[in-house]
Amino acid sequence: MSKFKKKKSDGQPAISTASLPDIVFMLLFFFMVTTVMREVTLKVEIQTPKATEVDKLERKSLVSYIYIGEPIKSLQGTFGTEPRIQLNDAFATKRDIVQFVEIERENTDEAERPLMTFSMKVDNGVKMGIVTDVKQELRKANALKINYSTGKTDKIVD
Amino acid sequence: MARRNAPEINAGSMADIAFLLLIFFLVTTTMDVDTGLTRKLPPPIDVPPEDIPEVKMRNVFVVLANANDDLLVEGEPTLVSDLRRKAKDFIIGDANNENMPEFVMKNIPALGGQYPVSKQIVSLQNDRGTSYELYIKVQNELVGAYNDVRNEFSMRKFGKSYAELEELAKNSEGAEQQLDAVKDVYPQRISEAEPKDIGDQ
Repeated sequence: MSKFKKKKSDGQPAISTASLPDIVFMLLFFFMVTTVMREVTLKVEIQTPKATEVDKLERKSLVSYIYIGEPIKSLQGTFGTEPRIQLNDAFATKRDIVQFVEIERENTDEAERPLMTFSMKVDNGVKMGIVTDVKQELRKANALKINYSTGKTDKIVD
Repeated sequence: MARRNAPEINAGSMADIAFLLLIFFLVTTTMDVDTGLTRKLPPPIDVPPEDIPEVKMRNVFVVLANANDDLLVEGEPTLVSDLRRKAKDFIIGDANNENMPEFVMKNIPALGGQYPVSKQIVSLQNDRGTSYELYIKVQNELVGAYNDVRNEFSMRKFGKSYAELEELAKNSEGAEQQLDAVKDVYPQRISEAEPKDIGDQ
């Protein structure tokens, strides 16, 4: 009667999946450690330029960002298309930069303050006028270590 | 001792939970490393200095960028792609050329005493209407010119590239002296003038 008799398992035994969770957990921890959550929502559109002689920005906790670019599409109705400065989560004017630097300094350990870097993420199309204003404000605030955020490329084209 | 065994928790779904979390982090993770051109701004000046040191024009490599994104290098219209070569020629210099920067003898121990060092300065001035894109390109080419010159020099003198020296200098004193020597011979002097406001923004 037993037509559907179980085939005798004479092949290889099934691979044990007991260690699968371990493997997955390992991957999980890797991604948990390496992940960086975006802490600001960008309100300006930024396409950074490309350069060849770039350095890596190390010690992310010591880097503060200043964004400059045109407001994103959905905000252009209220804010127009002139390039604007964004600090943290809000639009700012150049007069806010000194205060921003002070606050960032306060939040950093005293011993590490000289290592603080201000990274400027500026859109390709922005004119130098506004960038220069920001640089002058940074000088006033004595934040002299700056970084122009750029992508890496192999060759500069005209 | 009638000790009841607690029933074992079924760990079969553990993998599913872990997968769920894994996928979440996979999606949210951004692997991009921030890169950029690191520069140092000059300290603020409260009182304008009384005696501004005179700099001879032959020692200055003038780069001008206008609001139309045109470059003028030493009086000649130039493309960005030619800037690096011109800057390199200037930084290396030529002691026999009247129009090239002057040399002064400087004591550099790692090179065995006195060594002629060029008094070169690169001056960059842009307009308020210059695009940021061009500005970065020019900055990049000028930094690149210095890096190339330093690289060639350290290859010739010490048989190591500049990047290798920088890496070695972290734990070797000899390499640190060599690195300082390279920096002393070709100091990176990029001076940025206050921008003009000629072109409309």
